[in-house]
Amino acid sequence: MRVLPVGDDALLVEAASGAEAQALHAELLRRRAEGSLSVREIVPAARTVLLDGLDDPVRRASELTAWDAPAAAPRARELVELPVRYDGPDLAEVAAHWKVSAREVARIHAATEFTVAFCGFAPGFGYLTGLPARYDVPRRATPRTAVPAGSVALAGPYTGVYPRSSPGGWQLIGTTEAVLWDHARVPAALLSPGTRVRFVPVGDA
Amino acid sequence: MSDRALVVVRAGALTTVQDRGRPGHAHLGVPRSGALDPPAAALVNRLAGNAPDAAVLETTLNGCALRPRSTVTVAVGGAFCPVAVGGRPAAWGAPVVVPAGELLEVGAAVAGVRAYVAVSGGIAPEPVLGSRSTDLLSGLGPPPLTDGTVLPLGTPAGPPARVDAAPQPRPPAELVLRVTPGPRDDWFTGRAVRELTTRAYRVSSASNRIGLRTEGPALERARTGELPSEGMVLGAVQVPPDGRPVVFLADHPTTGGYPVIAVVRAADLPAAAQAVPGTAVRFVAVRRR
Repeated sequence: MRVLPVGDDALLVEAASGAEAQALHAELLRRRAEGSLSVREIVPAARTVLLDGLDDPVRRASELTAWDAPAAAPRARELVELPVRYDGPDLAEVAAHWKVSAREVARIHAATEFTVAFCGFAPGFGYLTGLPARYDVPRRATPRTAVPAGSVALAGPYTGVYPRSSPGGWQLIGTTEAVLWDHARVPAALLSPGTRVRFVPVGDA
Repeated sequence: MSDRALVVVRAGALTTVQDRGRPGHAHLGVPRSGALDPPAAALVNRLAGNAPDAAVLETTLNGCALRPRSTVTVAVGGAFCPVAVGGRPAAWGAPVVVPAGELLEVGAAVAGVRAYVAVSGGIAPEPVLGSRSTDLLSGLGPPPLTDGTVLPLGTPAGPPARVDAAPQPRPPAELVLRVTPGPRDDWFTGRAVRELTTRAYRVSSASNRIGLRTEGPALERARTGELPSEGMVLGAVQVPPDGRPVVFLADHPTTGGYPVIAVVRAADLPAAAQAVPGTAVRFVAVRRR
């Protein structure tokens, strides 16, 4: 693994793949829980994990460089089911990219088990992986100025659900009634890195 | 009158509630937020007799005016500005008593950008994830003040500090930001990396709580393409496609896809919060500690 220093007290650990980054993240969380790693933030992302607020970054960097990449993240016990209507305005466009019917997009998407690879963009917005690479889709050429809260959307290799109304360039394939973010709830975020997710079709869509 | 609240008579250009922010939630996409000039916020809290984590008001350039419903001790610091109570001049950088119903006026900044106003007991809207800070990127915390807003106050923790005036740094004529290179300096040409630390930049008027934007030479990339999103730190010098470096401040996004050429020392960021648009900026390369 490549370990890049970030300022005086942070390290960016680069993994070879998204899956390896998820496994690394799980291992770092385990070490923090057992007390062998003291760090303020562990922030997973597409190919990296950021360790921010380390006491001794130089020593940690040499430790991490010597690590063998963990093989795979242990499967999270927690599974969140999100009710979904596959009624998004970009469903036909996604179907065209996938070269299947709109109904088949819904079937494939609902048959997939996703994992929250990381969060970002907005509180509670998870980047979910699980679809095979052949189902990657581009972002929309022109982003929408307002994507409604609860929109289920695709971009690149990811599926995401907009926690609140915001501008966005992802392809919208459906909507969910699930509340992704509620700061009065514990935990506030329904999805956090490592959570397993399934989309469960409701209604006649 | 024992009603512990503060009525906002004039909200000013942008006045927000700030404390020490909500670190520890970056993995959920939650920015740290918090006062942009933490030493100034801590000082006014101490002067007003508050705990260091009490919430204060952070004004932007043109101050604000407030009317407490009960007698309070306040302290104004950070950006230097005129202070008045009931129309009479009052001290800046020192504890000041504002009787119930009197008007506290925090004037336009004479030097610096952000004034901090501590009120005995602290500003006490409902905390979100352990913090009362307004986060302008994600919308968490209380909204920016508007005229007529009524802010609840907490219970005073102790007596105000017994000082006449406390020394505070002057805002910089030239903003010197010490940087360590990376993590993505290899995404730029060698010339761009040298330019960052040798050429003159200026604070752009497009700066805000998310980032200090700069005007100056565009930094040329050695690589095209997109960097996969990665975690961002406070002080990260991110370079968007226009090539002008942006220094991430408290409301910065937790992840980002533009390469970070260098990181500013945290100790230099309070001065960045007080640098008015047009201020000269010099990035100075230093060794990692």
